[in-house]
This record gives sequence, structure tokens and C-alpha cells, in this order.
Amino acid sequence: MSNGNMNLTLKVWRQSNSTAAGKMENYQLGGVSPDMSFLEMIDMLNEQIIRKGEDAIAFDHDCREGICGMCSMFINGEAHGPNRGVTTCQLHMRSFKDGDTIYIEPWRAEGFPVVKDLMVDRAAFDRIIQSGGFVSVNTSGRTMDANAIPIPKDDADKAFDAATCIGCGACVATCPNSSAMLFVSAKVSQFALLPQGHPERKERVLNMVKQMDEEGFGNCSNIGACEVQCPKSISIENIARMNREYLSASVKPEN
Amino acid sequence: MGLFTSSLIKKYWMAATGLFLVSFLVVHAGINAMIFFNDGGETFNEWGHFMGTNLIVRTMEIGLFLGLILHIVDGLMLYFQNRKARPIKYAYNKPSASSTWYSRSMALLGTLILIFLVIHLKDFWLKTRVTGLTVMPSHVKIDGVMHENLFAEMLLVFKNPMAVVIYLLGCFSLFWHLFHGFRSAFQSLGLNHRKYASTIELAGSVFSIVISILFASMPVAMYLGWVK
Repeated sequence: MSNGNMNLTLKVWRQSNSTAAGKMENYQLGGVSPDMSFLEMIDMLNEQIIRKGEDAIAFDHDCREGICGMCSMFINGEAHGPNRGVTTCQLHMRSFKDGDTIYIEPWRAEGFPVVKDLMVDRAAFDRIIQSGGFVSVNTSGRTMDANAIPIPKDDADKAFDAATCIGCGACVATCPNSSAMLFVSAKVSQFALLPQGHPERKERVLNMVKQMDEEGFGNCSNIGACEVQCPKSISIENIARMNREYLSASVKPEN
Repeated sequence: MGLFTSSLIKKYWMAATGLFLVSFLVVHAGINAMIFFNDGGETFNEWGHFMGTNLIVRTMEIGLFLGLILHIVDGLMLYFQNRKARPIKYAYNKPSASSTWYSRSMALLGTLILIFLVIHLKDFWLKTRVTGLTVMPSHVKIDGVMHENLFAEMLLVFKNPMAVVIYLLGCFSLFWHLFHGFRSAFQSLGLNHRKYASTIELAGSVFSIVISILFASMPVAMYLGWVK
């Protein structure tokens, strides 16, 4: 390959709809530039598939800037691929080499049913957010400016770190238990650390954990894979904080 | 919110019973270490007599079995629910990239420990509480009081190399189970902070190593005749 382009063998999960049985399909793709992003490589593969008159591979993507949380591929046994702190769209083909075989699969979890091919339904996360991942703000026109409330720098930093969660679901995908606790704990933490989140603090953690359990996600056993593969490197310290919040809310549910 | 339905409350039970069982290991290893006085088992047998006859200890023994059963049942519930949470497996998964094998194998390690426990209880607990010791003579007189000669029973059991191997495998499983379980319990109870995390990890590592080696050294020392 004089121009540094690569030939790849791609093994991709194909499933025509949510009820159909799926299977891994093999594809050969040549002329892949190391400067391409992983999703551009999939685009290229899809053009090849479409030219053959076949059904293109469905996959989630949106901003392609690593901030929206839409892309969601399990690449060679790892959520968002082999690199740390990045989403699939920020993974580049220079992380692979000519002749590589790459496995591409959807997130696997009871709570994330496959819609088609590599797309999974992550509405379970939306329902968890709806159950408590918000602050109720009075919008009567006398809303207080949030910046008027003094917040310790350390708390603000920790809340911000938790709030960088983009809800992509890599934590669930990589967890051997398909547990969603890193996601839920990040959302619980970002509010629990700030004064605006305090009035609803207890019912929030109780409701969000209840919804998480109802969605069929597994239980955390402190394996720690989630924080390693999280594209935003969110720490399992947040899970410990959620455990504290939940314990205190269970013992004394009133504020 | 049930005491066993919530995922987080199941974690609290796992952590609380785990730490409770850890406290038992400390007492058990401490008393057994009396064999290293190498006084023909006199000190050890006196302690064994105390543990077998003291009313408070015997009451706590019931709590110990309850704690153990709770730990096992809770662990099995977690294991089966977690398996159900991923009905379709990955065609290619690389868990070693992001986690340790022992943290992923707590159910397996726990099962190995349970198998060991059944053998271990049959070897000693059952004999002291129900069937009576097999060793002859089964009792010795210490300070005018008849004591069960548990020390001689240990010597008898650990004459068998197969028993020594089984006990060493039990200690091996226990080590890895504790190595993850100790620090994991603190995380489950919400005790994870940058300031203390390294101390908890160090304490967990030291505890797992010391306890496992101490237990493992007992059958080895008896088999090799260092303690007699």
C-alpha cells in the first residue's frame, strides 16, 4: 500500500429489525485512509454496499464531534473501540493497521434492544432522566439567576465532571453486568452536588434508581470497566456518591 | 422499595455481610494461629473449648450462618439478574482491556469457597458439634477440665496430602475473592473518596494476603511436621 491505505476485513452485526434474528456478516473494504474517522470508514463501506444494491448498515451518529453521545459501536470487544476517552466518531483509522479484522457490534443489554443493525433503542435512559434527572425551576419571571448562588469551586468542578456524561451508554455496553449505574450516578451526582438540586435530592435518587431497575439493567459489582471505557472518563466515585445518596434517602425519605 | 428488590439495597447487603464475614475471618485466623505456639495444641485447644462452650460465641455463630446464607443468596440473585441483563452476548468481547479477571469472577470464586466450606465444615465443625471427633483419644485434660482435642483432629486431617491441596485451593479462592471484595464493600457503602481510596485499597490488599497466607500455612505446617 504505497499511499498508506489499508485493506480491512469487517465483521458487522446485521439485523433487519428489532424482532428479526441477526448475525455477523463479513465485508472486505479496501483503500481505507488512516486519516478517516471510524464512522467515515463505515460511510465508505455503506457506499460499497449501496452500489451493490444491498441494504446499508444502520448506525447511530449525529454531531461526529464527540459531544452528542449518539454513536455507539462495540469495536473489537470494547465500547467505542480501543482508545480511551473518545467516542466512536473520534476514533480514527490510524488506530488500526492494514490487514486487520475488526468486529463491529451494537451495545448488548436487555435495556438497549436492537432497532436495526448497529442501532439500539436507548429510550430507557430518557425514561430514567424523566423519573428525576432534572431540577424544577419556577419560570414565573422572577427566576433567580443561578450564578447568584455561591457554590464551592470543588463542588462545581465535581458537578461539572459528572455533567459531562453524554448518555451514550458505553458504561452499560462494557459492563459485564450491563449495569447502568455509571450513567445514573453521574446524573444523580451533578444535581446532588449543587444547591439547585437539593430540594428534590431524595426523591430524585429513589425514583431514578427505581426506573433504572425497571428497565432491566444489571447490578453494579464494582468491576470498574465503565469508568475505563467511558468516553468522558467519568469516575466511579459518582457511583459511590449515588450509593450514599440512596442510603440516606432510603433511611430518611423526607428532606 | 423492598429490602431485596432494589439493586442498591442488594449491594448494601452484599457489602455489609461481606465485611461481617471478614470480621469472622480475623477471629478464626487469630485463634487458629495458636497452633504456632507449638505446645502440642494446648493453647489452641483451650481457645477451641472456649469458642465451643461460651454462650455468647455460640449465639454469634447463628448470626454468622445467617450472614453467610444472606451473602450467598444475595450473591446468587445478583449473578442471575446480571446474566439476564445481557441476553445476547458479544461475538467478540475483550473484558481484560478494562477490568481484572477476579473482579469479574466473584460468583465463581464464591462458589469455590462454598464448596471448600462444605468440606471444611464436614472436617471440623460437624465433628465438634454433632458426630464427635474421629481422633483417638478425642479428649485431653487441660487444667483439670476435659477439652476436645481439636488440635489432634487437625493433625489427622492434614496428614492427607489431598486435604492439604483442597485447603490450599480454598485459600487461593479466598484470596482473590477478598482482594476484590474488601475494597468493593467500601465502594458499595458509598465510601469512596480520593483521600481514602488508596488507604482502603492497601488495607484490602494487605488483609487478603495476610489472611490467606496465615490460613494456608496451617495445613502446610502440619503436613510438613513443623507443628506437631
